[in-house]
Amino acid sequence: MPQQQAQSDDNPRRDAMEILSHAAPERLAALWASFADKPAHVRVRGPETGLVMVRARAGGGGNPFNLGEATVTRATVRLSTGEVGHAYALGRDAAKVEIAAVLDALFQRDPAMITTQFLAPLAAEAEAADRVRREEVAATKVDFFTMVRGDD
Amino acid sequence: MYVAVKGGEAAIANAHRLLGDRRRGDRSVPGLTLTQIIGQLGLAVDRVMGEGSLYDMELAALAIVQARGDMIEAIFLLRAYRTTLPRFGYSQPIDTGKMLIERRISATYKDLPGGQLLGPTFDYTHRLLDPSLLDADVPEPVARTAEDAAAPRVTDLLNDEGLIEVDVSEPQGEIGDLTREPLEFPLNRDLRLQALARGDEGFLLALGYSTQRGYGRSHPFVGEIRIGEVEVELDIPELGFAVSLGRIRVTECQMVNKFKGNAKVPPQFTRGYGLVFGQAERKAMAMSLCDRSLRARELGEDVNHPAQDEEFVISHSDNVQSTGFVEHLKLPHYVDFQGELGLLREMRAEHEAVPEELKEAAE
Repeated sequence: MPQQQAQSDDNPRRDAMEILSHAAPERLAALWASFADKPAHVRVRGPETGLVMVRARAGGGGNPFNLGEATVTRATVRLSTGEVGHAYALGRDAAKVEIAAVLDALFQRDPAMITTQFLAPLAAEAEAADRVRREEVAATKVDFFTMVRGDD
Repeated sequence: MYVAVKGGEAAIANAHRLLGDRRRGDRSVPGLTLTQIIGQLGLAVDRVMGEGSLYDMELAALAIVQARGDMIEAIFLLRAYRTTLPRFGYSQPIDTGKMLIERRISATYKDLPGGQLLGPTFDYTHRLLDPSLLDADVPEPVARTAEDAAAPRVTDLLNDEGLIEVDVSEPQGEIGDLTREPLEFPLNRDLRLQALARGDEGFLLALGYSTQRGYGRSHPFVGEIRIGEVEVELDIPELGFAVSLGRIRVTECQMVNKFKGNAKVPPQFTRGYGLVFGQAERKAMAMSLCDRSLRARELGEDVNHPAQDEEFVISHSDNVQSTGFVEHLKLPHYVDFQGELGLLREMRAEHEAVPEELKEAAE
């Protein structure tokens, strides 16, 4: 068995894959369309859609149980230069996942370029969208104040 | 028993064509799009995903249209679809403590770290029908700078004081999966939680209500309800590390119940847990009530009421199974019924053959 890589914060490839899996399909497609250096690639596996059983924990932190399934699409591609790229994402968007797999392969060759062209803008957009969500929810926070009772 | 009945092909084809027509309705009215259903009937989509036990908003929306809004039919469609797909694996357990929170309330602590966040709730609305919303311009939500304060689960706050039973995370055997193995009673809590998470909201709601009315030991407080998005991480064998595949929305309810203790353990609150796909607060609450009542055996309580009886609850909580068996009654049973008719005629003939005076004597 290969050495299990620690879940450290220092795994740029994983970070890249997560930004791609979280990307809205139309945004990734738009960035891909304007990308000049599209490499030739062959499909090694997929893109194919299947299920992942989502697990949770009793009480939030207890023993695991099976909550229910989610659709997942995955793809593996090989570039003409030899790099193999993988991608997995929730949902059934084969085009998105195939682009993500190609980018995962390219990331191994030129991480700086993929970061500039794809990952940085996608991450910034995702962060901005999350911030809007947090701020909208924050406006519904209850600010309790204590009624001062009169002397009686 | 039912036997094959021939001769209905044309009627069936025409019936399905009529169904298609009625489903579409008036052609001069634009047809529904999945985007509209996901965007504007989101909680219906969530219910179908939860009870269909498949997280995919587009498929759930399609199921709702195809079923003409019949939720149990839509859930059935989603369950049938999932059987056509291969399973890639099991995710790592989601961490609801790291949720992107959209709503978070507690009925037990007013001032809890992270605060009470009402979110998009029906609570405190007047429940008056409002025709004006159909053509009103909807204002954008108000935004306010979000504090970066952590929002720990309320049960973790109580845990710090030792006043509540702690989450037990211990090495265990295979995690039960009712989609792979038929249920065998008694069940462990993992299988019960899986069954409850996909169980019928109405059934679990009624059972939860029954525990509050005295059919079960339940004296609950909502420790916390939280709704929001969590990461779904999967170990990728090719890579040797786990990657998040995206986020799903879930609703979690921590129900805090009256005390339990013994010679070894001092009295402490006990807990019921509810976790459901999507925004489904009522279902999560009902699930947490049922989870707690079904722990009766584990906690050494008497099992006297329906909501405490796991064989009763779990065997009847699945609306796809229930509807299958109830609705099969409408399939042709001509031969069975002819058999019963023949038997009844024989019995009546025998009854009439007995002289009147003997009948009176028999009485």
